[in-house]
Amino acid sequence: MEDIIVVEDLHKIYKMGDVDVHALRGVSIKIKKGEFVSVMGPSGSGKSTFMNILGCLDKPTSGRYLLEGNDISSLSKDELAEIRNKKIGFVFQNFNLLPRSTAIENVELPLIYNDIPSNKRSKLAKDALLIIGLEGREKHYPTQLSGGQQQRVAIARAIINEPSIILADEPTGNLDTTTSAEIMEIFKSLNKDGKTIIMITHETDIAAFAEKIIVFRDGKVMKEKWRGMEGLHEPVSSL
Amino acid sequence: MNPLVAFRVSYRALKRNKIRSILTTLGIIIGVAAVITMVALTQGAKRLIEEQLTSLGGNSLIINPGSRTRSGVGTVSGKINRLPSEDAEAIRKLSTVTHVSPILDTTEQVVWGNRNWFTGIVGASPDFIFINGWFPERGGFFHNEDVKNAELVCVLGKTVASKLFGYQNPVGKTVRIGKNSFKVIGVMGSIGQTPSGKDQDDVVLIPYTTLQKRILGVNYVDNISVSVRTSNDIPFAEAQITELLRERHHIRPNMEDDFYVKTQLNIIERIFSISKIMTILLGSIASISLIVGGIGIMNIMLVSVTERTREIGVRMAVGAKERDILIQFLIEALALSLLGGLIGIILGIAGSKISSLFTHWPTLVSFGSVVLAFSFSAIIGIFFGLYPASKASKLDPIEALRYE
Repeated sequence: MEDIIVVEDLHKIYKMGDVDVHALRGVSIKIKKGEFVSVMGPSGSGKSTFMNILGCLDKPTSGRYLLEGNDISSLSKDELAEIRNKKIGFVFQNFNLLPRSTAIENVELPLIYNDIPSNKRSKLAKDALLIIGLEGREKHYPTQLSGGQQQRVAIARAIINEPSIILADEPTGNLDTTTSAEIMEIFKSLNKDGKTIIMITHETDIAAFAEKIIVFRDGKVMKEKWRGMEGLHEPVSSL
Repeated sequence: MNPLVAFRVSYRALKRNKIRSILTTLGIIIGVAAVITMVALTQGAKRLIEEQLTSLGGNSLIINPGSRTRSGVGTVSGKINRLPSEDAEAIRKLSTVTHVSPILDTTEQVVWGNRNWFTGIVGASPDFIFINGWFPERGGFFHNEDVKNAELVCVLGKTVASKLFGYQNPVGKTVRIGKNSFKVIGVMGSIGQTPSGKDQDDVVLIPYTTLQKRILGVNYVDNISVSVRTSNDIPFAEAQITELLRERHHIRPNMEDDFYVKTQLNIIERIFSISKIMTILLGSIASISLIVGGIGIMNIMLVSVTERTREIGVRMAVGAKERDILIQFLIEALALSLLGGLIGIILGIAGSKISSLFTHWPTLVSFGSVVLAFSFSAIIGIFFGLYPASKASKLDPIEALRYE
């Protein structure tokens, strides 16, 4: 499989007043198309900064980031917005749905910025809701849905534009164990359909769903482990 | 993002906070309503003044013989400063002119039975009553036939009628003026005194030909009274008349006029400039209200941007460009101000109808003032929406997503 993400010697320095915060200190990673990767690490280890850069929400201070072979580092804000729209689907810990919009309107959101006509939008959104098992809830508002259902809507929104990668930032952080498992099953089946998924998590049993685990510490990749199909049941804690 | 979608998104955002949206636009509503009501009232007042001026002869001109710029006694000697009656007929054919009456006057003893009264005799044509907006209250006025035949008929002014007849009806009676007996065919309504105290009802009106031929034995007229459609036509009519009379009087280009045209334009212009000042004054008060309304919109848009920071972050994360966010919030501000403008227009029209009920002024809601108020509120919306919208579009998506 080809490399969908190539990151070379990534550095990120934030200026906090007079102090420079070195969030990333030379990260180099390759992720292949169709991989399911977990990113772990204590808070402050740089994993969130890394995910922001992968998600084109932020730019590295130095280093290269190739997404599907295209160098992202040199793109303008508008071009980054377009990449986010077409190539990246986000799933957040707190779902980040628009509270005053219905489920289907939330799912349609990326299509609005892709200039898809209204009738095609609602058809695509309906299909996406069907895939993640929320048919019949199109007109519900987020407050009328359970946490698991809200996260399903968020996943539908993430996949609606057929992105190259799905970035999930602790997608089960706000969910109970049973619902977490359900959500992870959805990710697994999306991955089986060929979607590349990169997921931040604190929980080892959630990380265990991934084939590959990257552990961050102090702005660097401390460990990178390819678990492969046969290693899937090996406890992650042994890392 | 296509603007229609942006409009729908904005509409929904405003609908969610109905009370807040209405309160926010209150400044705009009041401003627009005030503009429309005030313009309607001043337009109505202007129309009222115009009508009254017209009835007072505000749309009339008087042509007098002689030069306006006479210096000392050095007027062309031997020249008779009179106007031939035929000038009146020529003027009547001009496009702007509606009524023409030659005017000729003298003073005479008027006698009925054992009563007599010394008064002014005015010779005029039937147009006289239309030019002056002054009509008989009893009987009628003389006709073109009477003028043509120099008939011995007269219409009494109110004062003359009461001096000679007391409470009796003079119509149909015969009075003697000088050596001739005149049949009284009407009594004029009262118009009272001039500002200088002259009683305008102390007069007897007769056909000018009768006065020329039977009393004075002349063929000229003292002056010619002319009315035009509205006071706006006066400058053009004046130019037309001057050109016509110069030609008729064979005046060479470098020579002075031997007549002059008097108008009441100065008074009219002064009244209109006063009403213009009023319009500007009231308009500026209304604009202050509109600007305050605009600041209200800016304020609430800033609150809205803060409240919806997370939403902005989500929109940016799924691919909204800076421009998309800018347009969304700008359209929201625009929708707010246009909503205010629309409600303001409705209230303004209602307000002007109500105030016309109380003041008994006619009010004119002009299409122009509606368009002006509406576009002004749109400009306010864009102007005051720009800062909050640009603030929203400049948000950092990472910060915005993390906002609690």
